[in-house]
Amino acid sequence: MEQILSILVRNQPGVLMRVSGMFSRRGFNIDSLAVGITQNPEFSRMTVTMKADDLTIVQVCKQLEKLVEVESVKVLPPKASAKRSMVMVKVHAGEKRLELLRLADVFRAHAVDVTGESLTFLATGVDDKLNAFVEVMRPYGILEMVQTGLVALERGDTHMSVDKSRYEWPKANAAKTSVGV
Amino acid sequence: MQMTGAEVMVRCLEEEGVSTVFGYPGGAILPFYDALRESKVQHILVAHEQGAAHAADGFARASGKVGVCIATSGPGATNLVTGLATAFLDSIPVVAITGQVPTVMIGRDAFQEVDITGIAMPITKHNFLVKDPAHLAQTLRLAFQMAKTGRPGPVLVDVPRDVQTAIVDYVEGVLPPVPEDEPSDEVIAAAVEAISKAERPVMLIGGGVISADAEYDAMHLCEKLRIPVVSTLMGLGAISAYRSLFLGMTGLHGHERANNAVKEADLILAVGTRFNDRVTGERKTYNENKVIIHLDIDPAELDKNIFSTIGISANMNKTLQRLEAGSEPHDLSAWWQRIEGWPSMDEDFGDESAPEFFKALNPVIKDKDYIITTDVGQHQMWAAQHLRIQFARQWITSGGLGTMGFGLPAAMGAQLARPKSRVISLSGDGGFKMTGSELFTIASYKLPVTAIVFNNSGLGMIRQLQTVSFAKRFTACEFPGYVDFVKYGEAFGVKGEHVTTPEELAAAVEKAMEMDEPYIIEVTVDPKNMVLPMVVPGAGIGDYVKFTE
Repeated sequence: MEQILSILVRNQPGVLMRVSGMFSRRGFNIDSLAVGITQNPEFSRMTVTMKADDLTIVQVCKQLEKLVEVESVKVLPPKASAKRSMVMVKVHAGEKRLELLRLADVFRAHAVDVTGESLTFLATGVDDKLNAFVEVMRPYGILEMVQTGLVALERGDTHMSVDKSRYEWPKANAAKTSVGV
Repeated sequence: MQMTGAEVMVRCLEEEGVSTVFGYPGGAILPFYDALRESKVQHILVAHEQGAAHAADGFARASGKVGVCIATSGPGATNLVTGLATAFLDSIPVVAITGQVPTVMIGRDAFQEVDITGIAMPITKHNFLVKDPAHLAQTLRLAFQMAKTGRPGPVLVDVPRDVQTAIVDYVEGVLPPVPEDEPSDEVIAAAVEAISKAERPVMLIGGGVISADAEYDAMHLCEKLRIPVVSTLMGLGAISAYRSLFLGMTGLHGHERANNAVKEADLILAVGTRFNDRVTGERKTYNENKVIIHLDIDPAELDKNIFSTIGISANMNKTLQRLEAGSEPHDLSAWWQRIEGWPSMDEDFGDESAPEFFKALNPVIKDKDYIITTDVGQHQMWAAQHLRIQFARQWITSGGLGTMGFGLPAAMGAQLARPKSRVISLSGDGGFKMTGSELFTIASYKLPVTAIVFNNSGLGMIRQLQTVSFAKRFTACEFPGYVDFVKYGEAFGVKGEHVTTPEELAAAVEKAMEMDEPYIIEVTVDPKNMVLPMVVPGAGIGDYVKFTE
C-alpha cells in the first residue's frame, strides 16, 4: 500500500545520499522523492512515497531514525494530509491551440510558455489527476514532460518539529540557505 | 588559543584520552603527523592501513574505549575500508581520521584523491568531510561521541590538507555521552510476567551485552532465575563457559545442547543480539511457538530479523537489573532434565582430530588474563566451540563481516590496549597470509603477542563447503605452495616452533607465556578435518548435516 513519509533532516551536504542510500541498501523502493528547505535553515524536509505494508514501513522509519542526520520521521495519514505534486507538459500545439487551452482549463493547468509550435502547461494535484491530464495531452504529441515528487503536510494543527538535535553539530554559516543535497 | 588545524586534531585526541593510534602517513595527512610528533599520543606505524583499522578495532574490543586509526587520502583511505566494515558489522567504536586533498582540489580527480566519505557511507555509523577549519574540533568531538553513543560503531572524519594547516581558534571541550532511555514500567512488567510463565526459557546472549559492559547484570539475572544460557559467537565470554547454566554457543556451528534448547524453548530472552542468519538458521520457523523478549539498544534491530513478542530498546544494564529485581525463580527442573539429556558441549559430535588442539589449550588459559583473537574459518569455529572463554572482552573475533586477516592485527591492538594481559592470536594459514605482514609491526614494537597458525595447507572452510554443497568438487581450496611460518617469523626476529600434537601445542603456548616477546607457533592440521556439528545451510537450527566419508 502507498505510504507517505515526511522526514526532517539536517540541511547539509551528503544527507540526500545517506537517506536514499539507506533505501537502496536495505531493499526498499522509493516511488517519489521531494526535498526542500524549511522555515528553519538548519533543516530540510524530504517527502518520500513508497509501497510498503504496515510492518515494513515501521522498519523503514526505524532505519531512517538511525541515520544521525535524520531528526524526525513521520508516516503521514493519507486521508488527513494535503498532498500535491506538479507536472509540466510541453505539447505540440499546431492548430489545436484553443482546444488544448480549453482542456487544460478543465484540469486547472496553466500555460507557462507559448510558442508558434508548442504549449507548455503546468498542473498540480495528486497522481490520479496528473496522470489523467497527461493522458488527455498524449494524443496531441507530448514533446517532453517533467514531474516533481509528491509533497505533503498533515492537515490540522499538528506539526513535526525539532526542538533540539540529538547531537551538537558544528554551527552552520549564518548566510547558508541553499539546500544541502 | 590560536593553532593549526593539525594541532587541533591532536588536542582533540588528547581531550578524548586517546593513548594510542594506529596509522600510516601520506602526503595529505602529513600536517597532522607533524603535530602528532609533539604529543604524548603513541603512534603505531603499521605495515598496511587495513592493519591499522583492525588494530584500532581490536584495541576497542579489548578495552571498551574508542580505537583510532589514521590514513592518508586515496589508497590510504580505501585500505581502511575492510577494517571499518568489520567494525561496523560488529558495532565496535572506532574513529578513523583520513587526510584529503586540499579543498580547492576536491572534485578534480587530484593525485591520491578519492571520495572516501562516499565510499564509507554504508559501512560507517556516520562520516564527515571537514571543509571549514572552524568546524574541525567540534566535528572530531562529535565523531567520538557518535562512535560511543547507543549502538557503537565506526565514524570517519576526512580532513583536507589545507584544513590541517589553517590557523583556527581552539577552545577546550569534550562532548558528554548521550544519555540512554530507561525501560518503561509497563514493558518490564510484561517481560517479568512472560518469564514467570515460561516453562522452557532460554537466555540468548549476544555481543551487545559486552558492548554495554552488562555481563554482570546478565549473569545476576540468569543466576537468580536459574535460566539456561546460550551465546552467539559475538557473546562468548559474557557468561563464563564454566558456569553450569551455560549450554554453549548457538548457531550454524553451535553446540548441540545449545541449539536444541533454543529449538525447544517456549521463551527466548534475547539480549544484545540482532538474530543474524548464522544464529537463527531458517528465519521463518525460528520463533514458532515461542515468546521472544528482545533487548537491544538499537530500536531498528527489534522486529528486523525475528519478530519479538516484547521488544525493549533501552539501557541494557538498567533493563537487566530491573528484570532481575522484578523476577522470582520458579521450578524449571523438568526443563533442565530435558536439557541434560542432550549431549553437552564437552561431548564430541564427530571424531575429528583438530578440536583436540583447542581443548588442549583450556588448562593453559583457564583463569588467566589472556585475550584470544581469531581469524575466520574452521579454526575460528573450533576455537568458539572448544575454548572455554570466561571473561567479557577475552574473546575477539570478526563475527558479522567474517573478515579473514582480522586476527593478527586485532591482537596487536588488543595487546596495546591491555599491556598487562597476554594476547594469543589464532589464525589459519590462509588468513595469516593476508595480513601476516603485521607480524613485522608486532616484532618492531616488541609486543608479546603469541601467534598460532593452524596450517592445513589450504582453506579448510572452503573445502568443507565444497564437501557439503558441491559434492566434493574441490577447487581453489588447496595452496599450491608451502610457507614455513616459523622461518617467516625469524625474518622479523620472532622466535617460534612447529608443533604437530595437542600436547606439544599446550607446552609451546605455556612456554610462550613465560616469555615477554612475540612468538609464533605453526600447528600442522590434517586438511580433512570438518567443523562439526554443522546446521544444514538454510535449514532450521538443530537440523544437522550428516557427513559420510
